[in-house]
Amino acid sequence: MGGGRRTSLGSAGVKLRRISAIAIKEVLQVWRDPRSLMMALLVPVMQMLLLGYGVNLDIANIPTCTYDEEGSPQSVDLLKHFQASRYFNLVANLNSERQIADAMDRGRCKIAIVIPADFSRDIAMTRYASVQAIVDATDDNTATLATAYARAVVQGYSDEVQAELALQLGQRTMPAPIAEQSRVWFNEDLESRNFIIPGVVALVLALVGAQLTSLTISREWERGTMELLLSTPVTPMELMIGKLLPYFAIGLLDAAICLAFALYLFAVPFRGAFSTLLFTTSLFLVVVLGIGYLLSVLIPSQIGASQMAMFATIMPISLLSGYAFPIDQMPAPIQALTYLVHARYYVTILKAIFLKGSSAAELWAPITALIVYAAAVAGLAARAFRRQLT
Amino acid sequence: MREMLHRIARVIVKELLELRRDRWARFRLIVPPIVQVLVFGYAATFEVFGVSTTVLDLDHSQESRALISAFEDSSRFKIVRVAETQREAERTIDRSQAAIALVIHPGFAELLRKGQAAPLQILVDGTNSNSALIALGYADAIVSTFSQTYQSDYLYRTQPASAAGRVDITLDDRPWYNVGLNSRWFFVPGVIATLTLVMVVNLTAFAIVREREVGTLEQIMVTPIRPFELVAGKTIPFFLVGLTLVTIITLVGTLWFQVPFRGNPLVLLLGTVVYLLSTLAVGLAISTVCKTQQQAFATNFFFVNPMFTLSGFSFPIASMPVAMQWLTYLDPVRYFLVIIRATFLKGVGLAILWPQLLALLAIGGALMSLAVMRFRKSLD
Repeated sequence: MGGGRRTSLGSAGVKLRRISAIAIKEVLQVWRDPRSLMMALLVPVMQMLLLGYGVNLDIANIPTCTYDEEGSPQSVDLLKHFQASRYFNLVANLNSERQIADAMDRGRCKIAIVIPADFSRDIAMTRYASVQAIVDATDDNTATLATAYARAVVQGYSDEVQAELALQLGQRTMPAPIAEQSRVWFNEDLESRNFIIPGVVALVLALVGAQLTSLTISREWERGTMELLLSTPVTPMELMIGKLLPYFAIGLLDAAICLAFALYLFAVPFRGAFSTLLFTTSLFLVVVLGIGYLLSVLIPSQIGASQMAMFATIMPISLLSGYAFPIDQMPAPIQALTYLVHARYYVTILKAIFLKGSSAAELWAPITALIVYAAAVAGLAARAFRRQLT
Repeated sequence: MREMLHRIARVIVKELLELRRDRWARFRLIVPPIVQVLVFGYAATFEVFGVSTTVLDLDHSQESRALISAFEDSSRFKIVRVAETQREAERTIDRSQAAIALVIHPGFAELLRKGQAAPLQILVDGTNSNSALIALGYADAIVSTFSQTYQSDYLYRTQPASAAGRVDITLDDRPWYNVGLNSRWFFVPGVIATLTLVMVVNLTAFAIVREREVGTLEQIMVTPIRPFELVAGKTIPFFLVGLTLVTIITLVGTLWFQVPFRGNPLVLLLGTVVYLLSTLAVGLAISTVCKTQQQAFATNFFFVNPMFTLSGFSFPIASMPVAMQWLTYLDPVRYFLVIIRATFLKGVGLAILWPQLLALLAIGGALMSLAVMRFRKSLD
């Protein structure tokens, strides 16, 4: 406790009565602005639907062109294997390289399977043949996955031909030397929805939270009511808590909406404890609301505060939180930057609670980080506020 | 006519002056675009390199070591832990210390030598399904190369006569337009569309709503200016801002990130001009339904976010549910992204991109007339 400097917790202390007065004023203000309230409740719904359905990295029905230079029973057979795969959708049979180039340029197909003219002869003579896959790699992720699926189709076909040949020759079918047995944990069906939806929850909470609060202080400055508030005995800490309480309640409601969507509409497995989820979500909301508040204190115009809130939340969260883009693939300086992004910790926590069923004890590291974050933001906001006054 | 141009010019000058006076506005105009391109260029990647890998070799044979070193030699995998027991290997996955674990059981080499299928267990943390799927694909490729080599050696040793061996049909993949399968080439040009969308819609909507809120819009209306001139004067500055943004991002993308630009810059410019029509119209339309800046902000968000998600900027449209795919046809960003990526990477021109340009023009024209109609009404 320092010498003569008056702190916000000085002689008056934090009075519950004053906090609740501010909170009631804020609730009334939110209530009188039905559009904002509707936004706060509709945005999560809209975002969950949009991102839940729209953010999907699993590919199927890739538009596929074929160019069968041979036209033998064997080449037709191989193409049937592509047709049977749910990953490929044969849209056109082409007759020249030029047609392929044109179809790819126009984006009519994303992959073209080219079977060379001596395909079946090669198999008969040398037991070796090669099929070409031309892939539109503009979207590199889709291209990588499409290539892997195409390779699997060709491999499967290769094994079939081998089995037939062995049968004809009366040989024992020789198994592939190594039998891979892969076991996938936590997201057994490898559905991208299962790892993206928990991240979307974090995204939605961060967006709505920062947006709602970023306007609360700057509105007071702009309308000149701040002077009025300051002439009352309310302290900066009380003002902050009072202003944020109603938004905290809205945030929890939003979290419940998001969770209901994740569990019932998108059927994401939930393997952890609700208490852990509630605790960490509350913690994250404190951070998010605190950041919005800090920005609104720092930037006196509404438009500035809201734009900065958008800039300071949307981009870092959608890029650096690890909700879709894996952090371990980023260059080291950017990885270091992700430690500054609050959503990084919450996204880690959410994925672990949903898919791994982790307990609070196992998640001590990201939880501690969030606590430190919350304390830092609250401290900074209170300080910035006091400085704005002078 | 001259008077009209003069009046429009006055509004433009006033708007630019206001931009210049606002320290924050200048900051918001310059810093976010550059930061965004840099972060997108470095952070947005779906590529998979150096997957953290645990190995558990219970066989300790020459063969098992050879298989593990095949993984070691690949840039796709990075062995971070050598486990001693199955439990230990599983734990590294559980605690996210490794994303994948290779388990070779005792007897691996013996089965191989007998020509029987030798099991290799691969444990994968599927939490991030996309990375897991890609990593499994790479593991598959390594194992099958190893198998093939082993088998042909084996056949050669045991039955030199029939060394032709197994039928082996392989896939020879040719990635076009982006040979290195570089995520950066996909994302950085895309930023042109999304960033312009966010900035231009925002600026346009706020510029008008602010005047409405402060009451200066009425003052302007008592001057001899006509609504059309006001709209033109209010939107042209942001049109210029949009063009500047596109130029900045294109320069950073090509010079700093070395993304190739294979098409005609004029095609991109044409696409940009038509695209800006839509973004300005959305901003204008938002300004007509909002009385306060806060409302403008909220409404903004309501429009811009779906446009962003539906555009195919980072997630393929083909993977969306069919109903949602139909919605994407209404999204101008969708068409502009096709134009951008095609001019950057495919190097194609108007002969191929005219449908996208037409669609942009139709959507932009419709939106703009709606917005102007509403705007005139909102002035009364």
